[in-house]
Amino acid sequence: MTDKKIRVLVAKPGLDGHDRGAKVIARALRDAGMEVIYTGLRQTPEMIAEAALQEDVDIVGLSVLSGAHMALAPRILELLKQNGQTHVKVFIGGIIPDEDLHRLKEMGVTGVYGPGASTEDIIRDVKVAVES
Amino acid sequence: MTSAQAILNGDRLALARLLTQVENDSSVGREALIELFPHTGKAHLIGVTGAPGTGKSSLVNQLALHYRKVENKKIAIVAIDPSSPFTGGAVLGDRVRMRDLAGDANVFIRSMASRGSLGGLAQTTANLVQVFDAAGFDLVIIETVGAGQSEVDVARLAHTTLVVEAPGLGDDIQAIKAGILEIADILVVNKADRPGVENTEKALKSMLDLAHPTERIFQHHGTAMRINSAPTQGKPASAQKTSATPIWIPPIQRTISTEGSGIDKLADCIAKHAAHLRSSGDWVLRERTRLEVELAALIRESLMKRFSENVSPNLYEATLQKVIQRNTSPWEAAQILLKEM
Repeated sequence: MTDKKIRVLVAKPGLDGHDRGAKVIARALRDAGMEVIYTGLRQTPEMIAEAALQEDVDIVGLSVLSGAHMALAPRILELLKQNGQTHVKVFIGGIIPDEDLHRLKEMGVTGVYGPGASTEDIIRDVKVAVES
Repeated sequence: MTSAQAILNGDRLALARLLTQVENDSSVGREALIELFPHTGKAHLIGVTGAPGTGKSSLVNQLALHYRKVENKKIAIVAIDPSSPFTGGAVLGDRVRMRDLAGDANVFIRSMASRGSLGGLAQTTANLVQVFDAAGFDLVIIETVGAGQSEVDVARLAHTTLVVEAPGLGDDIQAIKAGILEIADILVVNKADRPGVENTEKALKSMLDLAHPTERIFQHHGTAMRINSAPTQGKPASAQKTSATPIWIPPIQRTISTEGSGIDKLADCIAKHAAHLRSSGDWVLRERTRLEVELAALIRESLMKRFSENVSPNLYEATLQKVIQRNTSPWEAAQILLKEM
């Protein structure tokens, strides 16, 4: 029986050690019936792109609370492209100032979520992004 | 170029994408499996199982590191975690313990959700392993879901099965029960820096002494023939020129995954077991069993398919009603329906 599941990589790039948000998202997407691969803390963009490739995920969720999102996100997007994973979508959660929101979306990030974002919105957006 | 050809050429993206097709058991996946099958049968398949929290993932991480650094082997890891029985979703967290392997192009880690399968593996794990085998990986390490007592499917798939224990997880009565300990080719006592390690080791040792008498009696031309063999741990019993197959006594190896101690000795045990399988003929026997089980499963599946194509739902329902009303027994009903095929 063919059983297509949405596969999500939830990753924590960079040096901040706060993974509560990443775990909440992983759990929420799990409860929405998705298969979530969690990488653990302090991943380099290279490690994340490599994991996304090996796991053949549909979408990558990045959790960044260090303020380094404008350095990390473009690098990860570039590496995904280099590896031929142009179909893989990226969304970001964390502390993201409003002025960066627009630039991230321009780069191709499908969703940006700050504190207080509802998990239902994120689940819905992930489904939409993967199906588009 | 087909995806199978791309994989034989070492294309990692093609490999990753095909693994998804195979995991979903799609027609694309099945066609590729057919194309890849002649290239399989070379890899050493190592199963790693044990209770949740015994340190399987960390152990696999260390083993893979050892094989990369010391033996320069190409390694694939299939790590299985459970799916939720309610939503079908899963959090696959085995990679968290395998971060030392990142950035090495000769290691490929793939996480798999069990998707409702109960034996410790997912339905399509064996097929995923075949793809890795064909892709030229020397070793395929299969890490099961955290297993209780009867998740023993991995022993049918792997050549060498490691059962990982940790101190403080049950006494000598647990050790003589049937199930997971029985399938071990190698017993690993991980977290060996924890208190109670001697007791765990002792319980396992006494379990082995009960299970493996040093004297075996074989029936030979109707008369009992005694074969004396004094097997020592980790070595096949002295290969006497008799009809007896040498006995493999599972060695017990202590490890501490967090610091990597005992790993080289464990790799030694694994190499010895592989050599034993090859010299005793058990390698061929295990391959045979595995492929036979697979063939039987495929036949069962297509027979069921043919059955549902040939037997009208109305007749099926009518016959079922007769069974429910106690007019026909299930045994007779099965015969009646099978005649339609």
